Amino acid sequence: MNRREFCKKSLLIAGGLVVPLSALELFNPERLLAEKNDKSKTRWVFLVDTHKCVGCGFCVKACKTENEVPYDANVTRTWVERYVITNDGKAHIDSPKGARDGFQSAKLDQNHAGMEEIKEEDIAKAFFVPKLCNQCENPPCVQVCPVGATYKTNNGVVLVDRKWCIGCGYCIMGCPYSVRFFHPVYHVAEKCNFCYHRISQGMKTACVDACPFGARQIGNLKDPKDPVTKVIMNERVNVLKDEYGTKPQVFYIGLPREVK
Amino acid sequence: MKSHVWRPLYVALGIIALLLVLRVFLVPNDFGVSEQGYMYGWHRTSNEAEWKKVTVKYKGSEACKECHEKNYNDITSSPHADIGCENCHGPLLNHPEDPEKLSIDRNRELCLRCHLKLSYKTSDRGNLKGINPETHNAGSKCVQCHAPHNPGQLGQKQEVKK
Repeated sequence: MNRREFCKKSLLIAGGLVVPLSALELFNPERLLAEKNDKSKTRWVFLVDTHKCVGCGFCVKACKTENEVPYDANVTRTWVERYVITNDGKAHIDSPKGARDGFQSAKLDQNHAGMEEIKEEDIAKAFFVPKLCNQCENPPCVQVCPVGATYKTNNGVVLVDRKWCIGCGYCIMGCPYSVRFFHPVYHVAEKCNFCYHRISQGMKTACVDACPFGARQIGNLKDPKDPVTKVIMNERVNVLKDEYGTKPQVFYIGLPREVK
Repeated sequence: MKSHVWRPLYVALGIIALLLVLRVFLVPNDFGVSEQGYMYGWHRTSNEAEWKKVTVKYKGSEACKECHEKNYNDITSSPHADIGCENCHGPLLNHPEDPEKLSIDRNRELCLRCHLKLSYKTSDRGNLKGINPETHNAGSKCVQCHAPHNPGQLGQKQEVKK
């Protein structure tokens, strides 16, 4: 070996040692997408199929019991709305008791205006839309809290600190989706938190487990193999009030324009 | 300058000092900014753990299977297969210790949640078999003729417990 050859070979070996193993790994687009924004491994999202929902209201019943929301108080963390669109283009909407007992009449409950009867031949389309907290990426309810009692966790869920909440009601006014209300017992702001106690131990939310029709699903958007993520990424889904810029994380399949 | 000019300043400084001292005692140690920043993460960090401690009440049909395997198999091989046990029997909680016995909802309203006839063609609801509760044996309980664990067969008369 001459001097020239020795130098060449040592440079090659040193150069080879410098290249870390990770640099030889091929780019994985799925992983890159998941790690693009932050390092958290979970981002809880919800998927609702409005075709599958039949308005049985088992989700509302289960939610109220599971989350200790007084059963007979007319407040609920999740609810189901019925939309009946008549041939003249008008939308007739009702949600008696948030559909806690489902829809017990073909007539629509219009509160003080009484029960509204719609003839079957007048119906152009009719469907049910379950609603719950959108766990927004930019939650306006958190921005307006003057005391830091509501916040977003690293996995995207917005929680309320019951000990710290002063009950001013700013967040209830700030939520464009009207998902917040005063808890009748604790007198603090209350909202859906994707059953945080259940999802953090690997269970599904109470409403997802209660739904017999698979209309509700919960998933982790950071996991590219999650069936919910696949639907959100590949199929035609929509969100509520996109124009508000809140980046809601509850996605709907078959969401018509009548739903606000 | 005369002292009465300075006096309000001393009072103001005193109030600020008092507030700072009070803050030390009133604001919890773990109150601060998380990774979500000032706008979304300004909170008491231990609250997340408090939410995780909420008791799970609905434990899922698989938990029922352990003891009630026959009933579980009956319903899972029927058209009602997708309906979880706890939807009609209530949350499991710590059964069989507490409560010792689960209640069964035998009201017509329970069945009507799905089987009230609503001919909504653009929703899956339109495909479900339904009745008009005013004309279909008004007043009698559904379970007098229909077995909820095996709804395919009609005329299965059951003894209705009060």
